[in-house]
Amino acid sequence: MSSRPSLRSERRWALWGSYAALALFAVFFLTPPVYMLITSLKTSAEIGGQAGSPWVVRHPTLQNYLDLIGNPHFRVFFFNSLKVTLCVVAVSMAISVLAAFSLARMKFWGSGVLAAGVFLTYLVPDSLLFIPLFQIIGKLGLTNNVWCLVLLFPTLAVPFCTWIMIGYFASIPKELDEAALIDGASWMQLLFRIFIPVALPGIIAATIFAFTISWGTLLYPLAYLYSSDQMVLTVGILTELIRGDVFEWGRIMAGSLLAAMPPVLIYVFLMDYYIAGLTAGATKG
Amino acid sequence: MEERRVAETLRAAGAVAASSAPWSRMSPRGGGLRRFARRRSSVAVLLCLPLLALIGGLVLYPALYAVWLAMLNKHMTRFVGLGNFLFLLHRPAFQAVILQSVIFAVSAVVFKALIGFLLAHLLHAVPGRSQRVWRGLLLLPWVIPLAMSTLGWWWLFDPSYSAFNWVLNVFGVPSVPGLGATWWARFSVILVNVWYGAPFFMIMYLAALKSVPEQLYEAAAIDGAGAWARLRYITLPMMRNILSITILFSLIVTFANFDIVRILTAGGPQDQTHIFATYAFVAGIQSGDIPLGAAISLFMLPILALGAVFVLRGITRRSAEQAG
Repeated sequence: MSSRPSLRSERRWALWGSYAALALFAVFFLTPPVYMLITSLKTSAEIGGQAGSPWVVRHPTLQNYLDLIGNPHFRVFFFNSLKVTLCVVAVSMAISVLAAFSLARMKFWGSGVLAAGVFLTYLVPDSLLFIPLFQIIGKLGLTNNVWCLVLLFPTLAVPFCTWIMIGYFASIPKELDEAALIDGASWMQLLFRIFIPVALPGIIAATIFAFTISWGTLLYPLAYLYSSDQMVLTVGILTELIRGDVFEWGRIMAGSLLAAMPPVLIYVFLMDYYIAGLTAGATKG
Repeated sequence: MEERRVAETLRAAGAVAASSAPWSRMSPRGGGLRRFARRRSSVAVLLCLPLLALIGGLVLYPALYAVWLAMLNKHMTRFVGLGNFLFLLHRPAFQAVILQSVIFAVSAVVFKALIGFLLAHLLHAVPGRSQRVWRGLLLLPWVIPLAMSTLGWWWLFDPSYSAFNWVLNVFGVPSVPGLGATWWARFSVILVNVWYGAPFFMIMYLAALKSVPEQLYEAAAIDGAGAWARLRYITLPMMRNILSITILFSLIVTFANFDIVRILTAGGPQDQTHIFATYAFVAGIQSGDIPLGAAISLFMLPILALGAVFVLRGITRRSAEQAG
């Protein structure tokens, strides 16, 4: 009897301990983005002055953001990123949904090998093949052409999207498509009327994945694009805003935060789908 | 979630059945069965064609092409066999790259796994709604595009404006050369990688923790098992598969990482922080020695292939467990 209150208080202490430890890690994890935000609100004069703590904004200004939004280069980068990302998402989802439907439901010669191959392709990193791809892009005449990314990014997005979708499609009860097929539905009707609506959470998770890959990947655009009308946002910020020895840190940080905004917004509003997609590789399929 | 999905399934099934009912009379039976099977597999192959084209044309072909490229001389006029690989292996600068890649990947993965494991446990101990909030905050480093957050780290480490050094100086600690001295720069790139990747481990381990049946812990508690025994005999065995899959996966991705080193140090000081990807970029793209760059990248292949095989084995085993 007497041990009960102490057990409860012990538990409460453990909970507070957990909170304290989590807070410590939150400081570590949030320091860079917060400091980016702080810097982005300062003028170059305030940053250069180095008076007092760099962690405080004395004269907050949105000038850096306004400069960027008014900057035609920056707008081009943004629309290039948007254009590429929308195309990559559409292409990747079309390829992976069709393939996943086939691999999850219709066994054919070599389908098992292909499914394993898809997963192995997912593990091929961009830095392994960017040199031969540089040559191939050159031969296709797509060097310094932003559309080359629409060709290349699906190789990074499709394997994982297919893998997620195989998992979601495989979890749909078989009786359902057998019944529909006996009733005379075609395969395409089956896909569009049953599989896609039922596996919608998986479709959203895969779309988010394709979006983040296409929006954030640095290596391909850095290697294959060089003129500012063909640049996408990640590389544009690196190359256009960082020139010579004079770094406009306020503006660089503002640009980085603006570029980080779309994925972060998607994450905030679709967190459950985002996390489902993240953990799908290991818990599904 | 699950109930809703079933409800949607049934509704969709009803819709299809209703819309396709009139045709059911026309579909041929009897001899059509074989044709049906044939059509099924040909439709299947057709649906996979775009995927096959993508993998064949933009993954397999470039991989084989990389092997061919790596065996040419700098101007790609002459076949030199394994010359590039031998040249690289004998070069101290490249030996340093191999060493640094191993240091970078192994130490970053170890710390990511430890921090992720700890965070998953801390989160698991926190009740429902506030767990969601904490999880949302702590996953943020993984969500921000890596190139952008690395720029933020670069600014934090800036030699003359470093905000870290300002904090250190407040506590009377002298400034550290975050990116200027070899070991500090190596520490910094690993730190940024741990910062970026630990939340991923956290999310994976949290999902695994949640899948461990609560009854096991209750039974263990009745048997008088302490926290350590529960971890050792329940949590770790139940999570073993996810633990190994995540670690191997992260090892592959970390080995092949490009963004962090490229932006933070660009390989410096004196090429001491270069890893395979950034070194291949400098050699292949910036200096224009395509074959050498291809050869450097290909050095990653054995490690990646080994990791990939084990990941695939883990995944297959796990899905077999879940099915059975």
